[in-house]
Amino acid sequence: MTSAYTPGQTVGPFFGYALPYPGGNELVPPDHPRAIRLHGTVRDGDGSPVPDALLEIWQADEHGRLGGEPGSLDRDGYTFTGWGRAATGNDGRYTFTTVEPAPSGPGAPAYIAVAVFARGLLDRLFTRIYLPPADADEDPDSAGPAADGVLAGLPLERRRTLIAERDEHGLRFDVVLQGDGETVFLAHTGTPDPQ
Amino acid sequence: MPASSTRTSTPPGAPALPTQGEINAEMSRIGGDPGPGAASAMQPRLDYPPYRSSLRRHPSRALVAVDPGVVERSGPVFGDRDVDPLDADLTIAHRGEPIGERIVIAGRVLDSWGRPVPGQLVEVWQANAAGRYVHRRDQHPAPLDPNFTGTGRCLTGPDGSYRFVTIKPGPYPWRNHQNAWRPAHVHFSLFGTRFTERLVTQMYFPGDPLFELDPIFRSITDPAVATRLVARYDHDLTVSEWATGYRWDVVLDGRRVGP
Repeated sequence: MTSAYTPGQTVGPFFGYALPYPGGNELVPPDHPRAIRLHGTVRDGDGSPVPDALLEIWQADEHGRLGGEPGSLDRDGYTFTGWGRAATGNDGRYTFTTVEPAPSGPGAPAYIAVAVFARGLLDRLFTRIYLPPADADEDPDSAGPAADGVLAGLPLERRRTLIAERDEHGLRFDVVLQGDGETVFLAHTGTPDPQ
Repeated sequence: MPASSTRTSTPPGAPALPTQGEINAEMSRIGGDPGPGAASAMQPRLDYPPYRSSLRRHPSRALVAVDPGVVERSGPVFGDRDVDPLDADLTIAHRGEPIGERIVIAGRVLDSWGRPVPGQLVEVWQANAAGRYVHRRDQHPAPLDPNFTGTGRCLTGPDGSYRFVTIKPGPYPWRNHQNAWRPAHVHFSLFGTRFTERLVTQMYFPGDPLFELDPIFRSITDPAVATRLVARYDHDLTVSEWATGYRWDVVLDGRRVGP
């Protein structure tokens, strides 16, 4: 074991010609029968949109399977790799085309893991997008907490920042880097050696 | 537009930018303090006011400690389908040879337990030898090089090794403060076997006189940690009559301890 971890640095302002690539934000093709639009706006502490942010997502498919298949950079239209990358536009908005993930294990809540990068953000931030209840009449604040310790441990107004809203296209999830409605960002605790 | 006008440090009506001396004083005051609620003293401070762009873009609340779930304990996989081996040579993307000092950058990607991370994606991007990026927002009045784009990627080998051929990037000015210059660097994007290991960082070159003046470099408040981002010259990587060599190993942190 070593503890000499390599520190992070900001992605800076000039990643736009290097990291985004065609199809990066399409985990499934738009004509996939279960395709949804996952979209939102990234905002800073002034409430201004962040036009130079990058989001990456990692998720299970609609059966709860975690990909493990290559091909994210050159998608064949059939393989679900589970990973995608989207830059924000001038209006701070991002869009993914994906499917709603199913839970990856018994009793586990379904969520999409997110990494956020931006100019001005000195290290990437992690968060999670939890799914709202499938039934629109159900109280959205009831999503997940019974099954998920992370949500259950948060006060209501903070918990809400991790739960997507359902709209006519799919799911909406805004990222607020600072201030009112600030998204809950996560620090992963130590895990035992997997081997 | 004449070049002189692009060098005007402050647009009319805008508040004056701080001087380098003022930024230095701010950095000295913060010193080695990793900040309240820091996830780890081994990472940059997210709240580092000398880097002005961080002021409104860092979380004001402490990160929430969570045990990584099944999802975060796994991560994306890349393969030969994703990456052309030629993508690791940034000097052959165009018809001619780019201007500048040809270099090799090589090293290994290791996980938190010191094991190699094989077959994973490494992406790089950088300015050209004159310190100019191929990006529409880069307004630095330095020449673009028609033979250099400055993006590359590769998959690590079975031993976690990676190797790029490129041109040594130049330092470049930015608008954080008056007469602000970034030390020469190459941006690196790295993946481990777990989503928690995702890392985007910058690799620097040894002996750069701009380190002390740069609030991005110094946002890693422990100098011993910051120097992990500095490659070392390696004569064994240098190729006779062709390119000098720099070695830089990366250790991914998949087990950060929460606040």
